[in-house]
Amino acid sequence: MPVKGWIEVDQHYCKGCDLCVNACPQEVISLDMDHLTPRGYHPAYLSSEGCTGCAICAIVCPEAALTVYREVPARRVKTAA
Amino acid sequence: MVSEPPVEIVYQRPTTFTSTTTHYCPGCTHGVAHRLVAEVLEEMQLQDITVGVASVGCSVFAYNYFDCDFVEAAHGRAPAMATGIKRVLPDRVVFTYQGDGDLASIGMAEIVHAAARGENITTIFINNANYGMTGGQMAPTTLPGQKTTSSPAGRDIEQAGFPIRTAEMLATLDGAGYIVRRSLHDPKNIRKAKKAIRLAFETQVRGLGFSLVELLSTCPTNWGMNPIQALQWIEDHMIPYYPLEDFKVAPSIEQLRV
Amino acid sequence: MKELLKGNEAIAEAAVRAGLEAYFGYPITPQTELLEWLSRRLPELGRTFLQAESELAAINMVYGAACTGARVMTSSSSPGISLMMEGISYIAGTQVPVVLIDVMRGGPGLGNIAPSQGDYNQIVYGGGHGDFHPIVLAPASIQEAIDLTVEAFELAEKYRAIVVVLIDGSIGQMMEPAELPAMQPLRKQKPDWAVTGAENRERRILSSIYIDPEEEEKVNLELLEVWNEIEANELRYKEYFMEGAELVVVGFGTAGRVALSAVRAARAEGIPVGLLRPITVSPFPVQRVKELTELACGILVVEMNSGQMLKDVQAAVGGKIPVEFYGRLGGMVPLPDEILGEIKRLCYEPVAPSANPRISWMQRLDSHKN
Repeated sequence: MPVKGWIEVDQHYCKGCDLCVNACPQEVISLDMDHLTPRGYHPAYLSSEGCTGCAICAIVCPEAALTVYREVPARRVKTAA
Repeated sequence: MVSEPPVEIVYQRPTTFTSTTTHYCPGCTHGVAHRLVAEVLEEMQLQDITVGVASVGCSVFAYNYFDCDFVEAAHGRAPAMATGIKRVLPDRVVFTYQGDGDLASIGMAEIVHAAARGENITTIFINNANYGMTGGQMAPTTLPGQKTTSSPAGRDIEQAGFPIRTAEMLATLDGAGYIVRRSLHDPKNIRKAKKAIRLAFETQVRGLGFSLVELLSTCPTNWGMNPIQALQWIEDHMIPYYPLEDFKVAPSIEQLRV
Repeated sequence: MKELLKGNEAIAEAAVRAGLEAYFGYPITPQTELLEWLSRRLPELGRTFLQAESELAAINMVYGAACTGARVMTSSSSPGISLMMEGISYIAGTQVPVVLIDVMRGGPGLGNIAPSQGDYNQIVYGGGHGDFHPIVLAPASIQEAIDLTVEAFELAEKYRAIVVVLIDGSIGQMMEPAELPAMQPLRKQKPDWAVTGAENRERRILSSIYIDPEEEEKVNLELLEVWNEIEANELRYKEYFMEGAELVVVGFGTAGRVALSAVRAARAEGIPVGLLRPITVSPFPVQRVKELTELACGILVVEMNSGQMLKDVQAAVGGKIPVEFYGRLGGMVPLPDEILGEIKRLCYEPVAPSANPRISWMQRLDSHKN
């Protein structure tokens, strides 16, 4: 079962540059064209299901605007117990 | 009973960054380079013993973004300023962050001599094939035929000569300990760039000589492209001229596993 | 025919029309447009353009080209001019003609890219080590900048001197209607001191080395004699509203231009104030300022620095009448009503002649804040 992940985009930093949208292997990030950040950019956001928390978006982000989370895979939880 | 699966943070903003928003153009890879340096300083826990030297170019306000001690150098003179600092504070980590106009044009003498002297400083060298801050003039790294505001008909080899491969040149100096070129145009290369920056700082911390990472970077605004096209331009045009290689690696760094 | 022109580009094109043969420069805000304009124009005309690796290299390229008798120019802004100063001194010591455009910005150090007049000391009092004076021309409008740039080449060659066109970032960046001169043909004849390859003639050496101090002294005295000639013949300044002026404002470049608006407004209110705008700040109109001490009761110096030309005014005045000062620093440009306020203050308040107008200006700034 694929790992479930999600991202938070900090609108204080995001400049809507499109690099994360372009880099995401799962193609689940888009720019929110209906919304502007306080600095006047269209911010990135998680627009579909399917984020695996791979953090490639965070690797390409020039603003360090992304925080990436994922559920710890079940296998790892079992070994910890 | 169904319990919530535990959650881990895969990535978050480095603590070595201030909360100041950068002035760089959206999609400019200066931000990526900054982030990699910030991540390395955090991972190596160097923040409290680091002094950064900002240079003149788009990154002139770098001191606003890294949360550590910083000084501002005159155009091209960052390696000299860094030398002054490192010589009197040898146990501090000193790095310069310079663009291609700053380092390879006006600052060529300073970087060559810092490398030749084997100064234990680290230089992050941003190569985006033009003078970004002043509006896109030709730089020593501008490619043959490339149009800039001071080579409007394209860089003419007959008139303006050939671009300089700085990393290769500096690697010929015995005082250099770690000289490599990487690129920031895709996730795989960004990962490699981060590792190189890590090894560069390791070179400094181990006193193995001068370290420099040349990073092929975009300048979407002055290249007249969007950020994604600019990444492609690096791959199509810059990498053929500026190969991504290791030019000098001190033996103990070669064996280091980080 | 007048066109809407940008300062930096107008100066560049004026130089081209005046027969500029070679330009070597480096990008620095706020004058980079000059370099960019010439990067297109000079190759178009088959003339020489090169972006140097630094200002230090640029001035030495200029030095080389000047030694061949070519009409050569460079341009920079405050920190870049500082870098050029060694080269400027060499050029002066060798007595080859050079035109230099200085587009001043806020300082010291990296400062900022806003307009200032902070290079006055640096450039008027030599522009490098040793005893020499460049001719320094200070236009206040784009038309004047065009005209003075053309003249600069003639003056440079007439006296084998360095001529500086001294403007600030606002003149470089602004746009005004102005007229460019017709294209002059390039000179064919090289000067008789030029180094071009000694075919069919005795060889020539151009150098600033005079290892024997007695010889060096002679050369320095020669330079002084040339300077005396320049002082006698090349002084330029403009006066406005001097009829019955009791207070005279002195300002150059943009400061002078802004002061003119203030003086005009003051006259409209019946205040007897006039304006002296030096166009050559080197040589400085010492004699004229001396004459004004007979006509006026006080002088107000206005500058975009902490009082650099002020010292030259004070020296000429010799304590005969009070000299006051108003300055803006770090890239701030004064507004006409600031200067008008100063004019009124001097007219309606009793002026205690202060030994140090800079101190009293600073005290007024402080009290203004509180």
